[in-house]
Amino acid sequence: MNSTELAYRVRKHALVMVNKGKSSHIGSALSMVDILAVLYNDFLNISPLNIASDDRDYFILSKGHGGASLYATLAVKGFFPVHELDKHYQNGTPFSGHVSHKGIPGVEFSTGSLGHGLPVATGLALASKIDNRNSRACVIVGDGEMMEGSNWEALMFAAHHKLDNLTVIIDRNRLQSFTDTENTVALEPLDSKLNAFGCYCLEVDGHDHVEILKALNNKDNDGRVKVIIANTIKGKGVSYMENKVVWHYKFPDDEQLRAALNEIDGDFYAS
Amino acid sequence: MRAKFIEALTYLASSNKDIVLVTGDLGFGSFEQFEKKFPGQYFNAGIAEQSMIGIASGLAKAGKIVFVYSIGNFVTMRCLEQIRNDACYHDLNVNLVSQGGGFTYGALGMSHHATEDIAIMRALPNMTICAPSCSKDTYDAVLQLIDIKGPSYLRLEKANTNEHSDNSLSYEIGIPKMLKEGKDILLIATGGVVNEVLDAAVTVGDELNVSVFDFHTIKPINHHIILQEIKKYKYVVSIEEHQVNGGLGSLIAEIIAENNVDVFFKRLGINDELITLVGDQAYLRDNIGIDKNSIVSFLRNIKL
Repeated sequence: MNSTELAYRVRKHALVMVNKGKSSHIGSALSMVDILAVLYNDFLNISPLNIASDDRDYFILSKGHGGASLYATLAVKGFFPVHELDKHYQNGTPFSGHVSHKGIPGVEFSTGSLGHGLPVATGLALASKIDNRNSRACVIVGDGEMMEGSNWEALMFAAHHKLDNLTVIIDRNRLQSFTDTENTVALEPLDSKLNAFGCYCLEVDGHDHVEILKALNNKDNDGRVKVIIANTIKGKGVSYMENKVVWHYKFPDDEQLRAALNEIDGDFYAS
Repeated sequence: MRAKFIEALTYLASSNKDIVLVTGDLGFGSFEQFEKKFPGQYFNAGIAEQSMIGIASGLAKAGKIVFVYSIGNFVTMRCLEQIRNDACYHDLNVNLVSQGGGFTYGALGMSHHATEDIAIMRALPNMTICAPSCSKDTYDAVLQLIDIKGPSYLRLEKANTNEHSDNSLSYEIGIPKMLKEGKDILLIATGGVVNEVLDAAVTVGDELNVSVFDFHTIKPINHHIILQEIKKYKYVVSIEEHQVNGGLGSLIAEIIAENNVDVFFKRLGINDELITLVGDQAYLRDNIGIDKNSIVSFLRNIKL
């Protein structure tokens, strides 16, 4: 399986999960599917066989509301059976809407409140440095999430301690709760802010697997935290969801689900 | 107490390289030797409490035994959600250590009075809470905390001149210490104010037969031990340098209420207010009625 096929399968699972669970945040889940696919397929040293090993990499999904895509990625990659995804958002199961590690193999850390994942990833990266281990720490944060002060606190600390084993990927889909980030509390110029904080900042098309992998493998950060601004489209892959803030909240009904799955099938088989 | 804390941590760190001390830019004059001795085990997180707890949680997730030090409110309230979601939910070995319990920093003002910290920490699942009353117990608490899985809160104050140090009773987390055995009245106190309570009990010694229970662990507690003790008395009083709501007083009230114990019970502490008055610890204790003299007067007015 290549990352394109992984992303295709994850998108379909995520859509089915939110339809069945009548859960929200599908737009946020879809915007980062390609990033997750490249991370788990081609970059991270994390597999069902080494999730307890000291040399594994660490991955934290800080924008925990996109959990459906992470659960689906882990299932497709064999951390737990795919049919478990049917339990998403169902009473009496471990699969909460925001990512939880309890009872779900492969989830490193539970999140849901924004601004938590990056500081924790910083601690993991620091521990790896202290112990001279090869473990790298990767975290996906939402762009709106970069309004949380705790993230900038952690970046200052990580830069000070030269944590070049920490990679932060910002899912820059530009939409937050009401509208565009720039019409809420403007983030731009985001790259120069990050560079001024001592990070090594790269910008990629967050749906281009080659670009994503190239940025992940880039070793020019030279003692600096690597931050990848991944420009994405919220709701990517389902045209009626793309760039529509309402899909932060709504779930597709059965008819909408069929249309979405058809479109994703069509795109995959055309490629 | 801080000196004993760092003494104990230095002892532990010399044989355990996984112990890490993270400070929120506080501890000037106390931590320099530790940093010099164990450079890879000491980090100053800067003035950034939220990320400090997140970073500490990440370190603990990777196997470190982390002690996070700051002033009372800064290490509990400023970063409360990080403590709840990151340290408690993941049951990580993140040990919060605060200097400045109660009115330790008295005249510095309201911002530095840690008077709701116990109530807030007590509401958190998986949390162990220790408020030792003397330096010796502080040392023992640190030694025992590293063996307790999950997060903890160690509430320290400055050492007092009247500090008891009862070597005949060993310190064990979760087991309150009976510092003075009496008959009619049971005084239950936590933290440094235990010393005021003990002095008061000794002062009224000839007139009243008073017991003093050092309730150095707020959580977890053995309900059975406490219940057996409370049942022996006609009158029980809780004394804390903290709000009466949510802390020790509430804890004892819950035990009494849920077990239908027939006892007269009174809570002494701060009565639901933030203190505006300026003064040192002794002055503020007197002001809210938990210093030795206030407790003596209170005891003398009890009608058994």
